[in-house]
Amino acid sequence: MVPTSYYLILSAMIFAIGAVGVLVRRNALIILMCVEMMLNSVNLTLIALSRQWGNLTGQVFVFMIMAVAAAEVAVGLAILIANTRHRESINIDEIHLLKW
Amino acid sequence: MLQLAWLLLAFPAAGAVINTFFGHRFSKPTIGWIASGTVAASFIVALGLLLSLLGLPGEERVVTLPLWEWITIGDFRVPAGLLIDPLSVTMALVVTGVGALIHVYAIGYMFEDERFQRFFVYLNFFVFAMLILVMSDSFLGMYVGWEGVGLASYLLIGFWFDKRDDTYGYYADAGKKAFLVNRVGDFGMALAIMILWTSLGSVTFLEVFQAAPAGLSSGLATVIALLLLLAATGKSAQIPLYVWLPDAMAGPTPVSALIHAATMVTAGIYMIARTHALWELGPSAANLAAWIGGLTALMAATIALVQVDLKKILAYSTISQLGYMVMGVGVGAYAFGIFHLVTHAFFKALLFLAAGNVMHGLHGELDIRKMGGLREKMPTTYRLFLIGALALAGFPLMSGFFSKDGILLNVFGHSPLLYFIGLFTALLTAVYSFRAVFVPFWGQPRDRKLHEQAHESPPIMTRPLWVLAILAIVGGVLNLPFVLTLERWLEPAVGEPSFHPSLGLEMGLLLVSAVVALAGIYLAYARYVKESGWARSLQDALGPIRPLVEHKYYVDELYDLAIVQPLKALARWFAEVFDPGIIDGSVRLIGHANLAAGERLRRLHNGLVPTYALSIFVGVVVLVMYLVFG
Repeated sequence: MVPTSYYLILSAMIFAIGAVGVLVRRNALIILMCVEMMLNSVNLTLIALSRQWGNLTGQVFVFMIMAVAAAEVAVGLAILIANTRHRESINIDEIHLLKW
Repeated sequence: MLQLAWLLLAFPAAGAVINTFFGHRFSKPTIGWIASGTVAASFIVALGLLLSLLGLPGEERVVTLPLWEWITIGDFRVPAGLLIDPLSVTMALVVTGVGALIHVYAIGYMFEDERFQRFFVYLNFFVFAMLILVMSDSFLGMYVGWEGVGLASYLLIGFWFDKRDDTYGYYADAGKKAFLVNRVGDFGMALAIMILWTSLGSVTFLEVFQAAPAGLSSGLATVIALLLLLAATGKSAQIPLYVWLPDAMAGPTPVSALIHAATMVTAGIYMIARTHALWELGPSAANLAAWIGGLTALMAATIALVQVDLKKILAYSTISQLGYMVMGVGVGAYAFGIFHLVTHAFFKALLFLAAGNVMHGLHGELDIRKMGGLREKMPTTYRLFLIGALALAGFPLMSGFFSKDGILLNVFGHSPLLYFIGLFTALLTAVYSFRAVFVPFWGQPRDRKLHEQAHESPPIMTRPLWVLAILAIVGGVLNLPFVLTLERWLEPAVGEPSFHPSLGLEMGLLLVSAVVALAGIYLAYARYVKESGWARSLQDALGPIRPLVEHKYYVDELYDLAIVQPLKALARWFAEVFDPGIIDGSVRLIGHANLAAGERLRRLHNGLVPTYALSIFVGVVVLVMYLVFG
């Protein structure tokens, strides 16, 4: 059996990549994808630990996360489209109407 | 009758209230007679108290009349009450008696004044406050009266607050000066009362005097007495706080007569006599008081010799005579000090009111260099002034002779040097008194036009003076040598006298005083009437120091330089630097600090989404670190 730590390390790396991506990337769609990546890394952690302890609660939780992620993407894309009606670009650096 | 003693205070208070609220409806004479009538009624009450006390045996003549529970804070209890004993009744008689006469005089003197009503309200208020001072049974009550007469003095000195002239400056400034200088003394009294409270637990006279011998160390008693001395020098115009009294002559003459001759300035002497138990426990303070009195008497007499303003001569004379009284109570001759207080009230009030007549007749002129030969134009006033001057100089058998001699006798027993200072001052007193008689009233008029206009005063301004004149002549019977009526009368209040002179000493010093008084009068006669050569050369010999004396030894200038200017500079600093800079600055600083902090904080709101994402991220990291490692 593959040691659980491998899964956890993989998950951590994916999470880190996703976090950095959210902070650094300018394209709004890429940011949404990175958010998805972070969510999926958490899914991976839950599955790995569920397999280790033989407890199905982890896997059920993964279903819930996936549902929430889907809803969240729908909302995020809708906001993005609404924003595009004001300006062509989806460069988030250009959304700064809340600046002092 | 003793139970009705509160009427003594109620009458003048009622007079003041009635004249305040209804005076505008009354005619001027009505206002004046209401005011005078209330003081006269108080005099009758005081007479009643006198008779009641005489009806009691000697030791019982100390009666407390409680009025109400004034202050009760935990252990601190001060009931308001009146102390009716020979000393307070004597003072009350002087205040109300002389006061009533001066009120009547003032009806005539102030008749042309448009603030007539206000004047009489202030006068009644003064009598009320003075009676509180002398009748109160506790230090705190006396302090209330003390402050009240100070206020009345300020109001009355600055009565013509819109006037200004060369002799007195701004009249309003004279009132301020009196109030502020007095305040220094009041500070001493307040401290003394506080020390008494903390060391003895009471501020009522009888309780304090009972507990004092056991409860106060000699050092503490000396400190208290020194503080009381400071208060006395303020109120009774002694060195160092006498400077307000000459300026106070800016006030109307009845005010000068009542407040600055007969009554308010005597409050210090009354206070010392009242608190004699404390002074006896701290003899060095009493000795200092005696010396201050003596030196003040001498200094003021020398200044009076060169003054040209008639009222200022009398003002410095008052300071000098008060010095005698302080000397008297300082050496322990309390009864003689009070005796001189009483006779001085008679003849000094007489002199001031007569001077008022002169002023009235000469339309406000007071410079004696412009007067001369007035006894032809104002014969009654001349005679009255002469009687007053004879009493002041200590002419044999006048009241002033006996009282002044009594003090000098007791001073001799304490310190012969001080006696000689007092004796020399008596000589000077005779000289300046008769200078004030001879220069304005005798000889040729120096200003023809002024002399032409001069006229005698109406009866309302001369009849009260006759009463004072008679008292000035016969007042000596109050305390004749060897009979000593007043001394025995005051014993329940001030204790037994400690100095018992021999017959020979007493007669000898009596003779010396008489000779000195006559010599002084003759000296003045020689210099100012006959203009003898030897008198003139004597004066010329003293020429070098004349400018010093004419400038009153530069004391006012010294105070101005050392105290007034630094205080003004400090006040200016506070007003121009401290208040706008530091007080306003610290308030504005709060505003600025808020704005500055806000300025920094708003830079967080740069509107960029990645920044917000970063802050969320950092927050989560911190939280996790705390949960894992904290």
